Amino acid sequence: MLHWFRDGARVSPRNPAVTALAVSDAPDGRRVLALSGRLDANSIRDVWAEGRRAIAAAPGRRVVVDASKVDYCDGAGVALLVDLISRRKPGEVQVANLAPAFETLLQQFDLHAIAHDQDPPPKRRGTIDEVGLYAAGMAADMRAQIVFIGETTAALAHALLHPASVRWKDVWRICERVGADALPIVALISFLLGVILAFESAIPMRRFGAEIFVADLVGLAMLRELGPLMTAILLAGRSGAAFAAEIGTMTVNQEVDALTTMGLDPVRFLVTPRIIAALLMTPLLTLFADLISLIGGAVTLTSFSIPYVTFIHEVEGIVDYADFMAGFVKSFVFAILIAGIGCLRGLQTSAGASSVGDAATRAVVSGIVLLVAVDGLFSIIYYVLDI
Amino acid sequence: MNEPRDDDDKVIIQVRDLTVGYAGVPLLEHLNFDVKAGEIFVILGGSGSGKSTLLKHMIGLDEPIAGSVLIDGDDIVTAEGDARRAILRRIGVMYQSGALFGSMTLSENVRLPLEEYTDLTSDEIELIARMKLSLVGLALFTGHVPAEISGGMQKRAAIARAMALDPMILFLDEPSAGLDPITSAELDALIKRLSRNLGVTFVVVTHELPSIFAIADRVIMLDRRVKGIVAEGDPRKLRDESKDAWVRQFFNREAEPALA
Repeated sequence: MLHWFRDGARVSPRNPAVTALAVSDAPDGRRVLALSGRLDANSIRDVWAEGRRAIAAAPGRRVVVDASKVDYCDGAGVALLVDLISRRKPGEVQVANLAPAFETLLQQFDLHAIAHDQDPPPKRRGTIDEVGLYAAGMAADMRAQIVFIGETTAALAHALLHPASVRWKDVWRICERVGADALPIVALISFLLGVILAFESAIPMRRFGAEIFVADLVGLAMLRELGPLMTAILLAGRSGAAFAAEIGTMTVNQEVDALTTMGLDPVRFLVTPRIIAALLMTPLLTLFADLISLIGGAVTLTSFSIPYVTFIHEVEGIVDYADFMAGFVKSFVFAILIAGIGCLRGLQTSAGASSVGDAATRAVVSGIVLLVAVDGLFSIIYYVLDI
Repeated sequence: MNEPRDDDDKVIIQVRDLTVGYAGVPLLEHLNFDVKAGEIFVILGGSGSGKSTLLKHMIGLDEPIAGSVLIDGDDIVTAEGDARRAILRRIGVMYQSGALFGSMTLSENVRLPLEEYTDLTSDEIELIARMKLSLVGLALFTGHVPAEISGGMQKRAAIARAMALDPMILFLDEPSAGLDPITSAELDALIKRLSRNLGVTFVVVTHELPSIFAIADRVIMLDRRVKGIVAEGDPRKLRDESKDAWVRQFFNREAEPALA
C-alpha cells in the first residue's frame, strides 16, 4: 500500500500481528467491535464470523467497528469491513479510526451496492418451459440435420461431377487416419468378438453335440450384422469424435469463418473429403473385421476339436453372397452417417473450450444412436426383400 | 498487495545473470535488472525480441538456461513445493488472451484461487470476488461467462482474477493487444488507478507506444540483435535523449532505413 508505507506503518508481513476481535458495549448503548492485527484472506475467517454474530446479537443498536489497531488490511480485509457495514441499514454500522491508506481502499466501493449481487443468475425456468425449450431445441437440431444432409448431398454430387474440385491430398491424409491407423483396434476388437461369440455359444451347444453349428452362427452373425455394426461403432468413437473435435476447434478459432469469407464452402472444403475418406475406408475395415472375427471363431473352435478346414467348409455352406453383401452394403451407409454426424457436430460448435468436448460427445452419442436405428431399418428392409 | 516495505526504493524483483531461451539456444543472455516495489515496470521491444519469453521465466512457467529471479527475496527458479506455492501467491498474472475459464462465470473465475488458497466461507469469497470485479468496473457482469463479454472486458476480468489473492506483483502480458484505442486507454487508466490506490507493483510486457507513455514509470528495452537489454529508464527520456539510433527509431515509430 503505497500511501500507507509513506505514513510509516511498520509491521513485517513475515511476523504478522495476531488478528482479533473484542466486543464491548459503550455507555451510550452502542456496540463496539474492536478489530486488531492483520486483516488478510488467511487471518480473517474467525473474526468475520464473530463480527457477524456480534452485530446480529445487538438488534436495533448502533454498531461501531473500531479499526484503530488494525496493522494491515488488504482486499480481503476490506471485504470483511464491507460485509459488516452491509449487515444493517446505511449508517447503522460505522467504521472508525481506520488508517487513511485503508480508508482509500474502502472508499473505492459503493458499500451497499457491492454487498448485493448486481448480476444475479437468471431465474430458474419451470418444468413446462424446460420441456418446451428442449422440444424446440430438438426440432431445431433436426432441421439443421436436414439442411446439412441437403448441403452434403449437393457437395458430394458436385464432387462426383467435378472430381478435380475435391481436395484429394486431404482425402488421402484422412484415409490414413480413419483407415490404416484404425487397423490395430479393429483387429483386436473383431478377433475378441469372434472368440467370445464362438466360446459362449459352443459351451451350451456342446451339450447337444452341436458345436459344429457355432461356425454357422459366427459366420452369419459377423458378416451380416456384427462385423459392419461393431466396425461402425468403433469408427464413430474414434473418427467421428476426431472429426467433431477438429472441425469444432476450427470453428472456435474462426477458421471456418475465414473459409466462408474467402468464398470457400466449408461443407465442400471440410466435410466432403471426410465423407469420401470414410466411404473408402469403412467398407475395407468392415471386410477386415469380418475376416479377423472368423479367424477368432475358428481358433476358438479348434479347442472344441473342430479343425480349421471343417470351420471353413461350414461357413462356406451357410453364408452365401447375399449374406455377405447384406453386411457390406450397410458399411457404406454407416460411413456416411459417421462422417456426416462428426462434421455436423463440429460445425455446430459454439464458443469456448468445453464446447469442443461437447461437440465430440454429441458426435459419438448421436452417431451410435443413428447407427443402431439405421441397422434396425436395414433388418426390416432385408426381411421384406427376403435377403 | 499492500505488503509494507521499508522505503520507496525497496527492490521487489531481482533478475540476476538470467539467460533464457528454448532447447538450450539462448534468446536473451546475462540479463540483470531490478523492479522496485510499487512501480509500473514495462518490458518492451520489437516482435520476437523475447519479451513474453522473459515474462514466462519471471513467473516460473519456464526454466531458464542460467540465472535467478528473486521475488521478494526468494528465487522462483529453484523453489519447489510449498516454497514455490508461497512465491506464486505473491504474484498474479494476466495472460495476453485473458485465459479466463470459458465454462465459468466471471465471478467463478475470480472465486477459484480464493477457494483453493483460503478457508473463507462461500459467501465471504463471493463478496471478495464481487469487489474485485467491481474494482475493474465489471460489477454488473459477475454472472456472465467470458464469451458473453467483449475482449477489453475479458482483459479486465483477467486482471480481477489475477488480483484475487491480493498479490504484491501483477504481471500483465500485452494488456492492450487487440483492443481499440479507447478500450486500450481505459485499461491503461485502470492499471494506473490500481497502482496508485492499491500499491501493487506492475510488470507489463507491451510494445504499444501510447500505453508505454501512459503507464510506465520505468522501462527496459530488449533487442534480439544483442540478445539483451539495449536501454533502461524513463521512456520519455529514452525517446528524446537516447544515443542509440534503434531506440530512438522505436520510440519515434520509424521504419528500418532499408524499408523507409
